[in-house]
Amino acid sequence: MIVRDMHKSILPKRDQNVKAVIECKGVGIDFGGLCAVNDFNILIKKEEICGLIGPNGAGKTTVFNLLTKVYTPTRGVMYLNDKNTKSMNSIEANQSGIARTFQNIRLFKNMTVIENVLVGLHNEENCGIFESIFRLSKYWRSEDLLKKRAMELLSIFGMTNVADHISSSLSYGSQRRLEIIRALATRPSILLLDEPAAGMNSSETVELMENIKKIRDSFGIAILLIEHDMNLVMGVCETIGVLNYGVLIAKGTPREIQNNPVVVEAYLGKAKE
Amino acid sequence: MKNNLSMPVRYVINILSIIFFLVLGNFLLKIGLFGRAQVSTIIQSGIYIILAVSLNIVVGYLGHIPLGQAGFMAIGGYAAAFFWKSGILGGELAFIIGIIIAGISSGLFGFLISMPAFRLNGDYFAIITLAFSEIIRSVLINFPKVTGGAQGLKRIPKYSNFFCVYSIVIIVCTLIHLIMKSKHGRAILSTREDEIASKSCGVNIRRYKIFAFTISAFFTGIAGAVYATNQGIIAPSEYGFMKSVDVLVMVVLGGMGSMIGSITAAAFLASLPLFLQSVMKSFNNYRMIVYSFILIIIMVFKPSGLFGNYDFSFSAILERIINRLFVSKNEKVHENL
Repeated sequence: MIVRDMHKSILPKRDQNVKAVIECKGVGIDFGGLCAVNDFNILIKKEEICGLIGPNGAGKTTVFNLLTKVYTPTRGVMYLNDKNTKSMNSIEANQSGIARTFQNIRLFKNMTVIENVLVGLHNEENCGIFESIFRLSKYWRSEDLLKKRAMELLSIFGMTNVADHISSSLSYGSQRRLEIIRALATRPSILLLDEPAAGMNSSETVELMENIKKIRDSFGIAILLIEHDMNLVMGVCETIGVLNYGVLIAKGTPREIQNNPVVVEAYLGKAKE
Repeated sequence: MKNNLSMPVRYVINILSIIFFLVLGNFLLKIGLFGRAQVSTIIQSGIYIILAVSLNIVVGYLGHIPLGQAGFMAIGGYAAAFFWKSGILGGELAFIIGIIIAGISSGLFGFLISMPAFRLNGDYFAIITLAFSEIIRSVLINFPKVTGGAQGLKRIPKYSNFFCVYSIVIIVCTLIHLIMKSKHGRAILSTREDEIASKSCGVNIRRYKIFAFTISAFFTGIAGAVYATNQGIIAPSEYGFMKSVDVLVMVVLGGMGSMIGSITAAAFLASLPLFLQSVMKSFNNYRMIVYSFILIIIMVFKPSGLFGNYDFSFSAILERIINRLFVSKNEKVHENL
């Protein structure tokens, strides 16, 4: 079944009246002659956890890059909190409320854990260069506030004890968690998680599932995640979109997706007749 | 239990140690402990330290390799020399204003060059900065009425002495330290670490690249002015490609991103020729071979530079000593109990 009305996300009843955080209409991108993503339509509302799945090379990360304006779409329109993102770059997109993590962890490896979070908090306090150089009271106030906020964020994942460690010295799972914290530090209204459970063991994945829900509830933000771990996707997502060859082939609740023959075919192929 | 020194205490310790260093250095020079050549080398080292820590902002903290530092040095040197030679002001005030003019004019050029230069990366960035440096040199040679042409400017008033030069060294190092330990410094470092991640955190990386390059040019201009007043004569031939490479070698040798590394390497390389000259009197012709050989040895056995990205903190060392003494005393008390 190919979903016809992609604009209407299937949401829990509580969110039906909440405005859209992100909306894409007919978004697509070509790399030379290759159409990487085509006619991508999605609408994610506040506090919705949405999954994006599909076989390798389906274009999931490209969609993330389009949403965060790393790539400029060849066609289509995107709205982020009702603002058209056409003229935005990735910095402005972040400032308008979109934050992400990466498939291959992109931490600031030679910086400490707290410094990583502080970079995420870069736009939180407006302290000029003059105040910083001469260490005026505004600088101290802003630094204290930022450090306090950074420690609060680190406490979500119980990482306050490693705040002064160099981020590359952390375990793989902790590095993934730190990347999520850094993204949260930018105060997003939607968080994009690109394979957050990659490289995690089963107990870490269960913990991550709880944390994703906790983040949604305590921050009141929408979450869009790409993941290959179906237990995580089915356990945490309220809606799931399936991408294949750059086209959204299905969208629905986890149960609908599990029973969708088009999705099964995309993943496992068609049986010989 | 760990004792952490509070920020005001750290600042007091640092200021006191700086004053102690300046007074001690001045005293040792005044009592005639060093010969004329040695004093000259010490002052030269100071100038190279300013150059190296300035370049370290772009190479070490920002992660780009420019090859045009000599151009900024020339701009600073000539700007200050014009002012000093004009005779509008005299004395120490003229020196200070000349230094500021040098910094501003060089910083302005840095700002203008950085805008097109940061559209490129890697080798291309290096080439564009090198081209800029060569343009500056050509301009200096081809406008003899203003710049003195290939012969350069002569009879530049001499203001430099140990106290002046090392006061500037300390001010420059302190300013760089204060910038790098602020949120702006963190933004610069994040740009070096990962540009895409940095952008995804809302850091305007282009703005910070331009900022870092401009302050680097500003401080390089200051070094150029100090160099001009120390030499008393400047000519375009001194600001060639090799001057930029010399400074780059200092930064790489000290460890990219380490201020103490840049300081040590600049002092070491600036004084090495004099040291080799005095030690190897009979092999004077071979000293440059020894110099090159030392560089190769260091690069082979310590490719990350002498200090890697370690940065020295006097107050942190003091803190560690206090903690060690304090903790060991406490442990002894516990053992006795």
